[in-house]
Amino acid sequence: MEDLQIKKSGTTYDVVVVGSGAGGGMAAYVLANAGVKVLLLEAGPFFDPQKDSQQLRWPWESARRGASSTRPFGDFDAAFGGWDIDGEPYTTKDKTEFYWFRSRMLGGRTNHWGRISLRMGPQDFQPTDGLTDPWPITYDDVKPFYDKVDRLIGIYGTKEGLENEPDGIFLPPPKPRLNELFITQGARKAGVKVIPGRGSVLTEALPGNKDRGACFFCGQCGRSCKIYGDFSASSCLVIPAIKTGNLKVITNAMVREILTDKDGLATGVSYVNKEDMQEYQVNAKTVVLGASAGESARILLNSKSSAHPGGLANSSGVVGKYLHDSTGSSAGGFLPQLLDRKRYNEDGVGSVHIYSPWWLDNKKLNFPRGYHIEYGGGLHMPSYGFGFGMHKMNGMVPDRDGKPKEAGGYGASLKDDYRRFYGTQVGMAGRGTAIARADNYCEIDPNVVDKFGIPVLRFHYNWTTDEINQAKHMQDTFEEVLHNMGAIHGTKQGPETNYGLEAPGKIIHEVGTIRMGDDPSKSALNKYCQAHDCKNLFVVDAAPFVQQGDKNATWTILALSMRTAEYILAQRKKLNV
Amino acid sequence: MNRRDSLKALGIGTLSATVLLEACKTPDKNTPETAETIAGGTPGRQPEELEREKKLLADKFFTEHEMATITVLANIIIPKDAKSGSASDAKVPEFIEFIVKDIPDHQLPMRGGLRWLDVQALNRYGKTFVASSSAQQIEMVDQIAYPAKAKPEMQQGVAFFNRMRDLTATGFFTTEMGVKDLGFAGNSPNKWVGVPADVLKQYGLENLVV
Repeated sequence: MEDLQIKKSGTTYDVVVVGSGAGGGMAAYVLANAGVKVLLLEAGPFFDPQKDSQQLRWPWESARRGASSTRPFGDFDAAFGGWDIDGEPYTTKDKTEFYWFRSRMLGGRTNHWGRISLRMGPQDFQPTDGLTDPWPITYDDVKPFYDKVDRLIGIYGTKEGLENEPDGIFLPPPKPRLNELFITQGARKAGVKVIPGRGSVLTEALPGNKDRGACFFCGQCGRSCKIYGDFSASSCLVIPAIKTGNLKVITNAMVREILTDKDGLATGVSYVNKEDMQEYQVNAKTVVLGASAGESARILLNSKSSAHPGGLANSSGVVGKYLHDSTGSSAGGFLPQLLDRKRYNEDGVGSVHIYSPWWLDNKKLNFPRGYHIEYGGGLHMPSYGFGFGMHKMNGMVPDRDGKPKEAGGYGASLKDDYRRFYGTQVGMAGRGTAIARADNYCEIDPNVVDKFGIPVLRFHYNWTTDEINQAKHMQDTFEEVLHNMGAIHGTKQGPETNYGLEAPGKIIHEVGTIRMGDDPSKSALNKYCQAHDCKNLFVVDAAPFVQQGDKNATWTILALSMRTAEYILAQRKKLNV
Repeated sequence: MNRRDSLKALGIGTLSATVLLEACKTPDKNTPETAETIAGGTPGRQPEELEREKKLLADKFFTEHEMATITVLANIIIPKDAKSGSASDAKVPEFIEFIVKDIPDHQLPMRGGLRWLDVQALNRYGKTFVASSSAQQIEMVDQIAYPAKAKPEMQQGVAFFNRMRDLTATGFFTTEMGVKDLGFAGNSPNKWVGVPADVLKQYGLENLVV
């Protein structure tokens, strides 16, 4: 590449936004709608669910029948990318584990997520146990933005009046499926609270919105929705924002670093265009990072200058630290009373129909904070993996004539077993709070670059007894719930697997790497997600989180991004940025 | 936009599942993808995915003898019955050929397991498994199809047969024939209003409020 040169744009945008997921998409949406000239850079291709979704395809339309060989959540799942991306490695340190899921595409990981949309509560922002730093903001600061997000995007749920599980502005929730009724009975008998789910799916038309359709209940939100019946940042934020005429989107633009002047202020961004492999620089008065907790930290740490020798916005040294993902552990089994159950369409929505918010007081437990439980099961569309492990199930119940049956087998009687067992399975998964710790972090690997020559992230992450004890509590709870339902439990996870505790990163709720705070020596951002060290730089993804609750991060990302975007608008009026 | 408008947006004006699925079907929805149908490109697929798939479809893993053995075993596991056809009627052997290329972890256990089976058959009957009589094949399968009562020296065969049973079942019940056999009623637009009243009554759940 003898002709390699850096192409500098003559245009100066009001704002350049890096990343088009929940955070970047929301910031671009708010700013473009307010008349600000915005440039959005996305590292992957354009993705419009209306054209690109695999919704309503049958298993036999995939040669691998929906297996996860190329897409981690199955062949029809919307996410491009995954745990490993060719030519874009990441590493780990001290033999610790971390898994980093990246979706390089318009809308990022919001195209395929579970749409479980929970607000963090007052205690999540201001914990009273002294274990973690409080946020520089309270629930009351964020509540108006949660409300606006509810109205703008749409969410179903029920008003429950639970203090740390704040209610929103809800569409009606989907009714529970049959297995979920059994789960509800079993859980309540175990003292576990069960309430209708909360998800960003339009169970009814969204008032005032003509561009998005109401859900038609195929249960396939993970494939992204052709009629925009669920929330993806692509369909609900970026594509509508383009229509304002104020937003320009450049796809396949992999950001290398943020450019700064001698005073340390941001002047723009440099990126590599993955299509022509040329280097570009664009100018902007304000830079907004929404590239994801990992990627935004990487960009800052790679943006070194004489004004910012330790990386941009990192005079405190906290960038990359306090990385934390939700805990996760799961269990499953089947309900013998549902053998030979009646068939009907129970696809429902692609998010949860019911869930259990954290229901206990910690005082008597051997771990801090808590977890919620998500449930599933029923008459799903078969895909790769259907019928696996029949030899572990069909010997546990009598045959049609009430006689004991030898496990395994073959032939007509086995074929009949697949029919009998269809729809009897149940599953449950805990998602819990992991404590933010300075010693769990990502940093720049001094020895490794990706195929664009950009230094990559190196992760260091350990679970502690807090998380392991929490996973044990999940497993004990699941066992009791399954027992109460009359279910036959699959293998219970024990100490040999840390009670099924998933490796860090696996729940894809990683947050906390560019934390906010009032003290510039201990935090990178102020309470508006504005960099302490660089006033025209903002972060709008999950990186600013001080401490995540057991709540999935997306709804809080959306609310905080909207809040930051409105702050940017106010500061522009005052000519501060 | 209400639900009827949603469906219009999909290109249809009615709640009819048939019409919708016609509108959404691929060039030939009843046959698994082939190099030819993929070559034209599919919306929402990345070039590297299409590239990989073309290569897998063009490659060949199993020998003819191995494929013949797989076919016999698959039809022993899922035979034709009053409700639906056999594993080979649903092209399960072809699926297994594809999936071992797609998920290479299956390759060694499948190839080794097939060889293990042939050596067992040669020692017992003086013939390979496919060349043995039907009665001999069943006698052999009976040794490895029941994990709890199989003899310790048959454990490798049990592990192989468990895998073969899993792949056959998955391959069968993910075809149009298999999905129909199961009675799966979804993947079509509808309005979910909860568990039907007769089902609630069947399980005594009429009064449960969530």
